[in-house]
Amino acid sequence: MVTSAERLRRLLALVPYVVSRKSVGLAETAAAFGMTERELVDDLNLVWCVELKAPDPYCPIDLSYEGGEIVVSQAESIARPLRLAADEATALLVALRMLAEVPGDRSALSRLIAKLEAAAGAAGAASAQVAVQIDTPDGMGLAAQIRAALADGKRLHLRHYVPGRDEATERDVDPMRLLVVEGRTYLEGWCRLAEGVRLFRLDRVLGLSVLDVPAQVPPEAESVDVDQGLFRPSETDERVELELSAAARWVAEYYLCESVTELGEGRLRVVIRTPDTRWVRRRALRLGEDCRVVAPRSLAEAVRADAAAALALYD
Amino acid sequence: MSKRRTERLLSIVVLLLSTRRYLTAEEIRAAVHGYPEQYDSFKRMFERDKDELRDLGIPLETGMNNPLDDEPGYRISRQDYELPEIRLEADEAAVLGIAARVWQSAEFAGAAAGALLKLKAAGVEDQQATPGIEPRLTTQEPAFGPLWEAVRDHRPVTFSYRAPGRTDAVKRELEPWGVVNRYGRWYVAGWDRARNGTRVFRLSRIEGQVKMAGPPGSVTVPADADVRELVRDGVAAPPRDRTAVLRVRVNAGHGLRRYARAVEPDAAGWDQVTVQFADVPWYADYLASFGPDVAVLDPPDLRDAVKARLKGVLA
Repeated sequence: MVTSAERLRRLLALVPYVVSRKSVGLAETAAAFGMTERELVDDLNLVWCVELKAPDPYCPIDLSYEGGEIVVSQAESIARPLRLAADEATALLVALRMLAEVPGDRSALSRLIAKLEAAAGAAGAASAQVAVQIDTPDGMGLAAQIRAALADGKRLHLRHYVPGRDEATERDVDPMRLLVVEGRTYLEGWCRLAEGVRLFRLDRVLGLSVLDVPAQVPPEAESVDVDQGLFRPSETDERVELELSAAARWVAEYYLCESVTELGEGRLRVVIRTPDTRWVRRRALRLGEDCRVVAPRSLAEAVRADAAAALALYD
Repeated sequence: MSKRRTERLLSIVVLLLSTRRYLTAEEIRAAVHGYPEQYDSFKRMFERDKDELRDLGIPLETGMNNPLDDEPGYRISRQDYELPEIRLEADEAAVLGIAARVWQSAEFAGAAAGALLKLKAAGVEDQQATPGIEPRLTTQEPAFGPLWEAVRDHRPVTFSYRAPGRTDAVKRELEPWGVVNRYGRWYVAGWDRARNGTRVFRLSRIEGQVKMAGPPGSVTVPADADVRELVRDGVAAPPRDRTAVLRVRVNAGHGLRRYARAVEPDAAGWDQVTVQFADVPWYADYLASFGPDVAVLDPPDLRDAVKARLKGVLA
């Protein structure tokens, strides 16, 4: 249920929305405002009913929506939308400046930023105090190459490093999108080796070339829903339980944990779900005495065996 | 939701935008439907309405028409109210659509949607963006909302902070200059009052509530303060000025080979890899993660640190 303030905010945008378009359909307007046509008609009636009673009674706003077309014939003082608030200007400007960090054609972006800064005026000032820095490994011009391949519909060949498994792999990928999530840039594409949609973090791409072959993303390829997070644990994933010392607490904020339990003195027990435990094995070696693998037992044993074999190299 | 309240608020906006004179509370009551006869309850209602309008960002001015008046009046300056003219080309509108979807946090997703609505009300048309880039920004840390408000309104804050590796949280008092997302992590930078210097804090390490510690406008951000730079310097990696020689199994240690200064064949099945590193504890942890695929030949302090880490696993 919307509050009267939220509804007022909507009404103050609705009138200029119609005025700036001369006339506009009910369905189109309802879609633009994310409401049903019935709610829209309620809003229009409310605006139309506004009456000032002094000095002489009069109705400042006149409109009609006959035949499904809205026309505002008199809007008086509210024909223009309200200025952007500081939060609104900041939300857009910070997002745009973040986009500007991704290499590629930025001309529309720079023009838009300049126009928004001008329109926002003083409300845009606070946006200078919020900054986003993303990791765009630009040394090899990867992002620009990928954007060009996307625009031309070309297949890519890449060498990609997987740190969790300490593996370098070669594969052909039909690019779908560039994602920027949690400060990292990813290529999303149909991997012809895995025959599925895969994400490749750009700072782990060891080499990339654009092939003179048209990309063929199969119709069954489904984009990752970035709003749900890139890596979602699944029911079939293995359950890993770790005990962390205070020095290794950061592990709990770094990885998505199913549960985190305080054990006192800064120690934690965490449960992580993962389809592949090889990275946990490497992480546990790295954490040494600050991390104990509780479950599964086979993983705990593998970590100990790795450590013993590594130590034997020094004998 | 009160329809009558929305109507009343809208009437006040229309009325005060149409007047050049300041109108007293009494004049507003006479012109607008919905206020009660009884004076005290009218005053209470009117105060709430004024707050609501200001919260929406409506620039309600207070002043006197002449110095002899005994009561202040209200008006809304059209110039302060109206969003300036803004016209977007199709490619700019497409980028705007991408930017409006960037934020996933409650604080800014709503603000971005609100801004987009105002721009549409100013006549901007929706444009389908060409697929290609999909950036997302999240703020999962509960500290983000209050810290952004403090930055925006120039207010000092206090919070409890658990520094890395510490088991206890310590109370800090900060004049926040800005919030920065670096590679997916949020930081706040500013002036630490107790330590009399600039400091950077990671939002995920703030425990409990962030409290305002002064009125709006009581923090002055120095003109030459660059929050991006502060955060970069506060969290950046030290220079890699030491050299190590490693034995690395063939077809393993790809992460090490990537940044190696030299790779030469060693005994059968092994390479000798020369790398640069910054500090022993961090690099020893990293090398330990390769388990029996890597052994340190030199320097001795790094070699001992890796062995100690591995023994820690077996402890």
